[in-house]
Amino acid sequence: MSFRDGPFQDLKVPLALAGAAAAVIALILAVFLFIQDQKASSHAVISSAVRTKFDQTLEPISAGAAAPIRWMSEAAGYVASYIGAVEENQRLKHEVAQVQKLRDQVTALQNLNRRYESMLGLRTEPPLPTVAARVVSDVHGPYSQARLLDVGAEKGVAVGNPVISEHGVIGRIVGTARGVARVLLLTDPESRTPVLVNATNARAILTGDGGGDPRLLYLRGRNPVKEGDVILTSGDGGLYPRGLPVGVAVKDLFGLWRVRLYSDQAPLDFVEVVRYEDFSQLGTSQALEAHQLPPLSPSEQAQLKATLSARSAAPPASLPKPAPTLAKPNAKPPTKGPAVPPAPSPAPSLTPAPAPTP
Amino acid sequence: MSGPSAPLRPWVWLGIPALMAMAATLVAAIPLRFLGLRLPEPVIPMVLAFAWPIIRPSLLGPFALLLVGLFLDLFWNGPLGFWAFALLSVYSITFLIRNLIAGQAVRVLFACYGGLSLAVFLIAYLRLAIRSDAPPDLVPITINAICTLALFPIAHHLIERFEDADIRFR
Repeated sequence: MSFRDGPFQDLKVPLALAGAAAAVIALILAVFLFIQDQKASSHAVISSAVRTKFDQTLEPISAGAAAPIRWMSEAAGYVASYIGAVEENQRLKHEVAQVQKLRDQVTALQNLNRRYESMLGLRTEPPLPTVAARVVSDVHGPYSQARLLDVGAEKGVAVGNPVISEHGVIGRIVGTARGVARVLLLTDPESRTPVLVNATNARAILTGDGGGDPRLLYLRGRNPVKEGDVILTSGDGGLYPRGLPVGVAVKDLFGLWRVRLYSDQAPLDFVEVVRYEDFSQLGTSQALEAHQLPPLSPSEQAQLKATLSARSAAPPASLPKPAPTLAKPNAKPPTKGPAVPPAPSPAPSLTPAPAPTP
Repeated sequence: MSGPSAPLRPWVWLGIPALMAMAATLVAAIPLRFLGLRLPEPVIPMVLAFAWPIIRPSLLGPFALLLVGLFLDLFWNGPLGFWAFALLSVYSITFLIRNLIAGQAVRVLFACYGGLSLAVFLIAYLRLAIRSDAPPDLVPITINAICTLALFPIAHHLIERFEDADIRFR
């Protein structure tokens, strides 16, 4: 008697039916979960207990899996840097000479800028606290672009915090738990970031599409951007602080504007989470009102005395108008705060962010 | 009971491959770049969704696939249930046509695997386009699809390894 004629010959049909029923039940469960997830708001979903627990469980596993690769990469980097040390030393000396000149210029401009801000009573942005973190997982598929960091709520990392590398913005936090945080990258298809073109001050929305270079959408005006323009965060909507470097504008094969991200220059290993939440962090009203002018230099004091003596001698109608002098970037402020007319709006050029070399 | 007539234990053909698929997904997400390129990140559990129903009908298979799909959803930060649904759809369709394709030539199996995988990628693309109000970039999706299709030999190996392992389903 062959096996098929035996007592097990009827087993196949019931099991096939049971298997089909199991598949249908599993499918219904999946659809139910999907619908429930779509109903909930994104924040509710992200901060759900399931995702939090999952990320917490995943973090040590991912860190362990990445550790050997990291060690090998560091060892290879050490060997490569040792071999090319002489050449690198020469290049760095050249760069240091250039950077020293720039440093002096930046110091002078910062000083001038602080004075203008103080005189105009501008709402300047104080330095924000940051938290250093290490990337332990790198999800880079076409449907999701995210990173897992090894710091979390215990260090004050919160949903919405921007994340930057040494080159520029990489994304923002979309989920935190103890010891772990998830970053949604600028390249994720669901990422939307308000940005500005540094040269023209034109606004746009940086839209991820799963590729390496996210798109610039909703650009307005005539020629708002050109190839190589530096793109910064605009701060609109309060998602990001204004002026964080993002990348440079490039045109793709189809004529669409994209941004080549600064953060894409090197593998993401260590990053910084900027503990920025919204505009309310920028300063209290008392702090903003209590702005103080920087002290005057001796030459400025002499000029002030001369101006005051001229005012006392001349009739009031012949007083010089101080406003035009403030519009010139190199002009010295002639008088103290009350004599300065209020600026109509905070000029964007007064608070530029240093753009890194791409 | 052991030997060739022993029933196939679910742990061997469901548990271990599922764990290996999840481990491989984790490894593919290591932050590593070589010559400026990152590791490809294919949908590795697609192999299971295609191979399991051909190997044999199972009560545990769909639920194991549901768990693997939920793992993908959580790991890739997608909507919960999407990849579970996608994988189970492939499983269900393959289950329906298993009598037609079981024992067929390799190219027939590959055509079925490729067709089902591409259908899933198309659905995923459309879902993302609708959800994000902007068409996603086709280049990474194409690379992802090609990498997933390149996993067919693993699916074929699984089928060859376990299809005849249980004499009740010969």
